[in-house]
Amino acid sequence: MIEVERLLKSYGATKAVQEISFTIAQGEVVGFLGPNGAGKSTTMRMLTCYLSPDRGTARIAGFDILQQPREVKKRIGYLPENNPLYMDMGVIEYLRFIAAVRGIATGSVRANIERVIDVCGLTSVAAKDIGELSKGFRQRLGLAQALLHDPDVLILDEPTIGLDPHQIIEIRNLIKNIGRHKTVILSSHILPEVSATCDRVLIINRGKIVGSGTPAELAALSRGKQTVLVTVRGPRDDVVAALRGLAPVSEVVVKESQNGLSRLEIICGTEGNEDVCEQIFFLVARSGWSLTELSCKTVNLEDVFLELTTREEP
Amino acid sequence: MNATLTLFRKEFRSFFSSPVAYIFIISFLVVTNWLFFRTFFIVGQASLRNFFGLLPWIFLFLAPVVTMRAWAEEKKLGTIEVLLTLPVRTHEVVLGKFLACVAFLVLALCLTGTLPLTLMLLGSPDPGPLWGGYLGACLLGAAYIAIGVFASGITENQIVSFIVALVICFAFLIVGENIVLYSVPPALGSVCAYLGLGSHFQSIGRGVIDSRDIVYYLSMILFFLSLNYLSIESRRWK
Repeated sequence: MIEVERLLKSYGATKAVQEISFTIAQGEVVGFLGPNGAGKSTTMRMLTCYLSPDRGTARIAGFDILQQPREVKKRIGYLPENNPLYMDMGVIEYLRFIAAVRGIATGSVRANIERVIDVCGLTSVAAKDIGELSKGFRQRLGLAQALLHDPDVLILDEPTIGLDPHQIIEIRNLIKNIGRHKTVILSSHILPEVSATCDRVLIINRGKIVGSGTPAELAALSRGKQTVLVTVRGPRDDVVAALRGLAPVSEVVVKESQNGLSRLEIICGTEGNEDVCEQIFFLVARSGWSLTELSCKTVNLEDVFLELTTREEP
Repeated sequence: MNATLTLFRKEFRSFFSSPVAYIFIISFLVVTNWLFFRTFFIVGQASLRNFFGLLPWIFLFLAPVVTMRAWAEEKKLGTIEVLLTLPVRTHEVVLGKFLACVAFLVLALCLTGTLPLTLMLLGSPDPGPLWGGYLGACLLGAAYIAIGVFASGITENQIVSFIVALVICFAFLIVGENIVLYSVPPALGSVCAYLGLGSHFQSIGRGVIDSRDIVYYLSMILFFLSLNYLSIESRRWK
């Protein structure tokens, strides 16, 4: 449905997007995850033909963004960052305006507007002016605008930013429902957001894709590395030396040390670490020390994200 | 074409969603009527020459007010991103905005129709200069509007938009004035005289409709609308 080939865009000296390539199949919900300024919005703006790439191209539903922008725009529903709206228009007036510009046949405008008002839960505010709406309703209206022409592809730039937790859940459910039938790209710098709504995640940092996969796959990426927290009662230096001697252990960091208790963070390598907790237990027991804490830190998407986006450039 | 019409309607309606439109029209009418009637009964001539003589200067300040929000507000609110990712061509948007502003200015101009009506009641004015004057005013206004819409497209600040439009309009207005013509080398004189927005207005206002004047205004409009188009399109490559 969406094929992106080596898209490149720079603003002056800064390279916002550096030769990004990916494909998205029909019906997929894909999340762009990355810190602010990573190039997520720029990529979306190129896909929606708002900006032109310096090099590279993309095809949406078979139409090239440079050669046939109108055909591309017809097939996309787009919610830009910060959801800009004409504050002086009424809700219905705005949707009518969008319908008219999109060239929706006069006969079906009414039905389309009723459909999106229903889907996005705007019935109670349909008679109001946009300026009077709360942020949550404005966001729904932005979505309604994007859905009005029943597009194949939805591109949503930070759809839940600035909403309260309750509204976030509502918008997420809305996106999930829509995502059953449509190809969706959404961006976020909030992790639970993408893991909750997306089939696949592309982690973008400094204009490059640094990781990609399902939320589960990404979590598995760094499952190889494991961190174990232990607190041992015993002579600190001996304990550290003994733990360093264990095969899977690659590093031991002393977090705290007082009254003969040492709190240590043990970072393990990628191999043979399934039983590392057991090995630590037996080592401590054999040496006649005692364990007061032993816990494995489970890796979640957040850790993968932090690791992938803070890794130094080679 | 359909999109242009839709955008025209949206832009035109948006003038009236704020009190600015009413303030604009009322102040325009008060100023024009005052300036007209101030001398009308003293001079006792059944002509609008005085009114049309001042119009380029009144429009100089009022046309930028009409156009200043055209693009600047879209840019400030970010709605330009919604607008330009809809399946419209940029020139349709440019045209829609331009026509809406022209229509608004023409509407204000139509409301000064009480002046020629007064003349007709009290005397028998020569219809040529009247019609010519109004036609010239529409063309001059449209040229100002084209400049204003362009100025609005290069900034997201309405005040900047207003001032830039004012400066460009002013430059094109005075370049054809005698004071400039006397001070430039003779070779440039005819060029300057041709470029001046006001001189063409005066010749149409005499009731002589010369195709050269019409062509001049149309090419000014086309030139600034093209610049507007380019400046909006250039965002893609910035």
